Amino acid sequence: MVVQQSRGDAVDRVVDTVWRMESPRLIAALTRVTRDVGLAEDLAQDALVAALQQWPASGIPDNPAAWLTAVAKRRAVDHVRRAVLAERKHDELGHEQEAAAPTEADIDAAIDASSIEDDLLRLIFICCHPVLSVDARVTLTLRLLGGLRVDEIARAFLTSEPTIQQRIVRAKRTLAEAHVPFEVPTGADFHDRLEAVLQVVYLIFNEGYAATAGEGWVRPALCEDALRMGRVLATLVPSEPEVHGLVGLMEIQASRIRARTDPAGRPIPLLEQQRGRWDRLLIGRGLAALERAEALAEATGGSSGPYALQAAIAACHARARTPDETDWPRIVALYDALAQLRPSPVVELNRAVAVGMAYGPAAGLEIVDALRDDPTLAGYHLLPAVRGDLLAKLDRNEEAAEQLARAASMTRNVPERTLLLERAAEATRRSVG
Amino acid sequence: MKFFMKTTPDVSAPPRPPSAELMAEMATFIEDSFRNGTLVATGAMDPRTKRISHHAGQFTVTDGPFSEAKEAVVGWAIVNAASVDEAIELSKKFWRIVGDGTGTVQRVYDPGEMPPQFTEPG
Repeated sequence: MVVQQSRGDAVDRVVDTVWRMESPRLIAALTRVTRDVGLAEDLAQDALVAALQQWPASGIPDNPAAWLTAVAKRRAVDHVRRAVLAERKHDELGHEQEAAAPTEADIDAAIDASSIEDDLLRLIFICCHPVLSVDARVTLTLRLLGGLRVDEIARAFLTSEPTIQQRIVRAKRTLAEAHVPFEVPTGADFHDRLEAVLQVVYLIFNEGYAATAGEGWVRPALCEDALRMGRVLATLVPSEPEVHGLVGLMEIQASRIRARTDPAGRPIPLLEQQRGRWDRLLIGRGLAALERAEALAEATGGSSGPYALQAAIAACHARARTPDETDWPRIVALYDALAQLRPSPVVELNRAVAVGMAYGPAAGLEIVDALRDDPTLAGYHLLPAVRGDLLAKLDRNEEAAEQLARAASMTRNVPERTLLLERAAEATRRSVG
Repeated sequence: MKFFMKTTPDVSAPPRPPSAELMAEMATFIEDSFRNGTLVATGAMDPRTKRISHHAGQFTVTDGPFSEAKEAVVGWAIVNAASVDEAIELSKKFWRIVGDGTGTVQRVYDPGEMPPQFTEPG
């Protein structure tokens, strides 16, 4: 297949690529100069629009990132000068105080400073600020730190572009109205805020890893975005064990993406995956990150946090060359620790699966049955799915079929629903035969 | 997506040992790229190659193909990038550090991942 590409297309692609690679740092630096994340993004956007207008005629510059930065800087200088002038006019009759307008050199210094890493970290904390709704945090993070276009975010979350656009505008307004400072939180606040950041990154990863709705079971690009952000975060706060725990968890889970779907796009359960198709490189990175997380936790006298525990569980699977080699008792122990740290019905359900594998389906079913009336799991399709599996293993096929069919009716993900219906049919066959 | 990058030995310019500054800058660049996940593996290659051919059960091993710049070491890297455009931008970052030269970028596929010509007609 030969694709004819016009110069305009080529420019669009380069602009897109450079934007994705460079915009987070550019926006972070501009936010420091302007103290307004919304304005910073507008300025960076202006530079992008200028590139799209000029490059088709002038050709793509040798250093597109530097070009974008230079243009954004000029816009920032213009903007700040105008703001200072307006302020002066406003103050004319009052005091003579004169704020000096920053020169291009000041802004140069601000943007080129080696503290760009700190700016990036500040920007991450702003995007995940608790004044914003979780949806707004996810959207703003993908926009400003992932460099995704509005249409890409809309597609990722199966919403319309205007909805996403509006969410971004509203989020920026909320941040401005709350006068959220451009800073890294300190003290006890730091860990709460960091947790909010990790939550957003993992939400993005999970939406890519097991799409809650739609035709596709996985959206690898979204996983890749989350992974990138996690890795950057790990370089920015290298002493935080949970950051490495989350990165380790995502790396190991991502290592299975290729093996998780069949050619028709249907999900393949973990124990049925071809382990040769797992990405050894990502497993290696994941295990290394987990080791760092555990070493850091130990050095500070603490025990593993929830992400490191989940990474350790994922690592048990990654280390087993065949499903039979899986260390299920260790997985049960890790789930026990996780359930103590973060008790939740979902963790309990996963623990039930591990117990079922380690100590037999009856033991697993006992835990699942205790969860049956938990209101938080009322709409959760994996509850009947797990129950159905355990019942099938106990040869209670009729009940199993009923549970699996119920699970199928509860998921909005098409390939997953198909798989569940197949398993329900299989259980029915066995109950009849 | 993964891409394989290779420098092409420059025949016109005799190889010079890199300066300490360049080495330091390169070390930081490599370290950062490993940490942010863009760099998968990197190293250098001897430009001299052996050619092995197998035909109807017969092996033939010959020297070559010869590069005209026998002394030059070939640098290579495997990178992770979202698109070929991103791989090119990453390659530009590399060249901005090392200076003048030429290189190639080509898509590589993981096991089980097939090049498009084998999966789609045309």
